[in-house]
Amino acid sequence: MTLGLINANPVVRAKKERIARSEDPHAVDPLDIYDILFSLFFIFLSAPSLLISLTSLCQISCGILGIPNILIPWNSSVSSPRNQSPITFTPTVQHCSMATVIGLCLRVKLKHYFPPHYKVDIKVSPGSHADEESVNKQLNDKERVAAALENPNLRQLVDECLYSNEL
Amino acid sequence: MELKEIQRLEGHTDRVWSLDWNPATGHAGIPLVFASCSGDKTVRIWEQNLSSGLWACKAVLEETHTRTVRSCAWSPSGKLLATASFDATTAIWENVGGDFECVSTLEGHENEVKSVAWNAAGTLLATCSRDKSVWIWEVLPGNEFECVSVLQGHSQDVKMVKWHPTEDILFSCSYDNNLKVWADEGDSDDWQCIQTLGEPNNGHTSTVWALSFNASGDKMVSCSDDLTLKVWETENTGMQSGGGFAPWRHRCTLTGYHDRTIFSVHWSREGIIASAAADDAIRFFVDDNESQVGGPLYKLLLKKEKGHDMDVNFVQWSPGEKPLLASASDDGTIKVWELIS
Repeated sequence: MTLGLINANPVVRAKKERIARSEDPHAVDPLDIYDILFSLFFIFLSAPSLLISLTSLCQISCGILGIPNILIPWNSSVSSPRNQSPITFTPTVQHCSMATVIGLCLRVKLKHYFPPHYKVDIKVSPGSHADEESVNKQLNDKERVAAALENPNLRQLVDECLYSNEL
Repeated sequence: MELKEIQRLEGHTDRVWSLDWNPATGHAGIPLVFASCSGDKTVRIWEQNLSSGLWACKAVLEETHTRTVRSCAWSPSGKLLATASFDATTAIWENVGGDFECVSTLEGHENEVKSVAWNAAGTLLATCSRDKSVWIWEVLPGNEFECVSVLQGHSQDVKMVKWHPTEDILFSCSYDNNLKVWADEGDSDDWQCIQTLGEPNNGHTSTVWALSFNASGDKMVSCSDDLTLKVWETENTGMQSGGGFAPWRHRCTLTGYHDRTIFSVHWSREGIIASAAADDAIRFFVDDNESQVGGPLYKLLLKKEKGHDMDVNFVQWSPGEKPLLASASDDGTIKVWELIS
């Protein structure tokens, strides 16, 4: 028993994913999400000027990005998505003023890669932000997200962040 | 009970946020008409063909709003259409021989206007915005609109405004989790918040997206991001003779039915509550006459899974003898449904 717990074996998780994928061909492999988001974080991390203008003292990295084991389309017949976990990110500074912009970038980036009927919740990791509740509420209010993306200044910021060639 | 899809309407090129049935249609041989508005910055007018029973797009109202059109509302006479947009303006359109002309533009809100509503007499218009304020406009002759009051009280964006069906009492709901009730207590446009329905009064614990009244106006239902519907009731609608106000109180909470945010709720004249949510489903609830003391007061009549391919943003029952339900979705379509028992 104890031995099994200590040696939590990653093979077990991989096996689970494969089962879920075979049952539902529309499920998204978490590794795909890592691939999609890795490019985004690469931009965040490798463009210091952008990083400063965008996030001031706030940074994020792949290592602290929380991704659920598997994302399943909302209407999947295989599994109830009721408890679908959100994608989380961790600002390094508790008072990061740009957390909502980073979340917005994540949302736009994911939207480009996922079929439109996927439902993605994005949150800061629990305890990682001073205004956690308010940041999460804003990031998951689709009316606010839609309005933000129609705001030319915010849109430009998001586009610069996502499509910057400054690498 | 069965929900039959009568028609699926395509035309908008982005999510459809809202729609409004023209209240002056659907009787006396006048074909049912509704307007829909979308993230594609346009408003579309749909009219029923009396012989086929199907709807076709009669007009596209474009090149006026420069951003998403979030909400639309016909005046009670059905002659004017008000449209609220993220471009911070509200436009008033007049139907001139089948052509819709923008006859007035209401400016004043600092940013996105989210909802617009006419009072029962068609003499007042209310708008609300992300700027946290609610504005009341008086309708003057010659398509003039004068702002008579700017109501501050909500601490966050105001999602929706709705007038009481018979009294000049305004209701607003907000991202700040509260519902507020506003009335003109004096003779001189002295609009005040007379009641706040929030968490301390068994209110919602997250964004309140919409509200709707029953036919007699003594009950109201609200829907929220907290995944519940709440029914509220009052003894006496409107102002009492002594100048006092009969407050609204929590009647019951419908919980455990929705999995994601509930964006819209509408109460039919026959007493059926329809709700639209981010789980793509449409649900129907009715008063539970067989309810035991202390049991639930409303029961789920029907749940339509996959009503749309994406979030359902709005539902509304039509006027006319046999109400139909229209729904609007992120998938860019509108559907017209018939509830068959």
